[in-house]
Amino acid sequence: MREIQEFTLDELKHLFTPQALTGETVVLNMGPQHPSTHGVLRLILELDGETVLNCVPDIGYLHTGIEKNMEAKTYQKAEVLTDRMDYMYTMGNNLVYCLAVEKLTGLKSPPRADAIRVILAELSRLQSHLLWIGTSALDLGAMSVFLYSMREREMILDLFELVSGQRMMTTFIRPGGLWRDVPAEFESALREIIKVFPKRIDEYEALLTKNPLFMSRTKGIGKLDTKTALAWDVTGPTLRATGLAHDIRKSNPYCGYDLYDFDIPTQTSGDVYGRYQVRVEEMRQSVRIVEQALDKLPYGPVRDNNRKYIPPPRSEIGVSMEALIHHFKLWTEGFNPPAGSVYTTIESPRGEMGVFLESDGSPKPYRVHYRTPSVTLLQIMPILTQGCFVADLIGIIGSIDIVLGDTDR
Amino acid sequence: MEIRSAMNELLTPAVNSICEKFNGQASEFRGDVTILVPAELVVEAATTLRDEFDFDMLSAETAVDYCPQTTPRFHIVYIFYSTKTHLYLTFRAALNGDDPNIATMETVYPNANWREREIWDLMGIKFEGHSDLRRILMPPNWEGHPLRKDYPLGYEEVQHSFNLEEIDLRKPKGVR
Repeated sequence: MREIQEFTLDELKHLFTPQALTGETVVLNMGPQHPSTHGVLRLILELDGETVLNCVPDIGYLHTGIEKNMEAKTYQKAEVLTDRMDYMYTMGNNLVYCLAVEKLTGLKSPPRADAIRVILAELSRLQSHLLWIGTSALDLGAMSVFLYSMREREMILDLFELVSGQRMMTTFIRPGGLWRDVPAEFESALREIIKVFPKRIDEYEALLTKNPLFMSRTKGIGKLDTKTALAWDVTGPTLRATGLAHDIRKSNPYCGYDLYDFDIPTQTSGDVYGRYQVRVEEMRQSVRIVEQALDKLPYGPVRDNNRKYIPPPRSEIGVSMEALIHHFKLWTEGFNPPAGSVYTTIESPRGEMGVFLESDGSPKPYRVHYRTPSVTLLQIMPILTQGCFVADLIGIIGSIDIVLGDTDR
Repeated sequence: MEIRSAMNELLTPAVNSICEKFNGQASEFRGDVTILVPAELVVEAATTLRDEFDFDMLSAETAVDYCPQTTPRFHIVYIFYSTKTHLYLTFRAALNGDDPNIATMETVYPNANWREREIWDLMGIKFEGHSDLRRILMPPNWEGHPLRKDYPLGYEEVQHSFNLEEIDLRKPKGVR
């Protein structure tokens, strides 16, 4: 077993100023184990005193080869791996993969399944934003928000446990619909969440929005303009904080998002505070979408009826020979979608999340590629941190809301 | 090649223009339009797409390995997005198996930097003119490119003293 090496300073010298090699400026390693990098991220900083001259992100510490592993599993089994990428938006990872498989095979998710998908995707966004507001405020020294936001996040995770039996890695959304219908207690639990949330979001805002310490740490820090953001393919709240109202849920609707009435919050400042304001407003909009979806939740089946792709219900297996054959074939061999490649995208809490799926007609995906928003967000770190202080760097990492499982896959 | 009528009317002028100017072949699958562009013209075609047809984002860039086929062995897949018309358009460039290399897209879309580093790292395709072509996900001293189809998925045959060299010969070498 050979030892794993790191890049030497000599190999990285084109990324730093010439002064770094002579020792006039300091090259400092931040991470991979550092509490404010939100995972295992290593930043190589070039410092002139307190000022950051260059910042080189080094990723790959969480690389688990999920794309390679998916090629060796059938379409149904590969889905289980998708939860493990962006572990803060697990329902969305399932959703985008299922949308890609549905596009490939021509399956159609029934209206009830679509509405439940929207509810669960929005709740996932909400819990991701709750963790973000807690940890990013914690990075800036505001400790109490974390305790409040984790309390509410628990309500959402309990609801996930209620519907799927799992708090995070649910694999509840399946190609052609859902794993099963939601239990009877789902509605009352969700009504409780809808009732308390607007007030709780006010509480977080009371702690942060007009807090002079928080404002002085976030206003004018880590500025980004729309042109740079588009050139570097930055999406999500970071793009919307620069003033462009771009949201996949509005521009390329999926799962019937066009049926619901919601706004895309934007800010023009493009700084850390702007991103904070956009995300807080997004939480309110998510609650709005969940409420509308629950109010007009239709009745009906939650899975497509195509037996060549969807396993038959348990009750049919005992009485129908075809059902037994389909069950056996689907769980041993899997299904054979037509050959071709598709690309689908959804809006994750961090930006545009896409799946490129190529099929060669066999029961296993030939190539799966996840286009993840965290990669591009981390890629612009050198631009965002140019000339800022080390203390501000912590706030900037928090504000772009990266998930390292999402960057490394 | 003349494109079919099902295609979005906003996309048609861009597709026809690219096909005509850069000798591309358009095809449609499930509503996704893909143009196979000659590898040496792909950067030029992307520049046209960005400047004339408002495709302002390179949404994804990835590669597919068609091993054991060797001519072409790889396809580089570029997926462009326009924030004005909300349309996606895919380019593909075919590369041969021996010493695959293609010009970098970094000059047109700067975010291709990390995407191409990832392709180099996992697929072993070189990008000419790339500013910082280092491994990104695997450690710097890693051998081989894991996403290639001839790279084993983790498990390896156990070597004993009597068959050490024999098994060594069977191991896929890839490009090391």
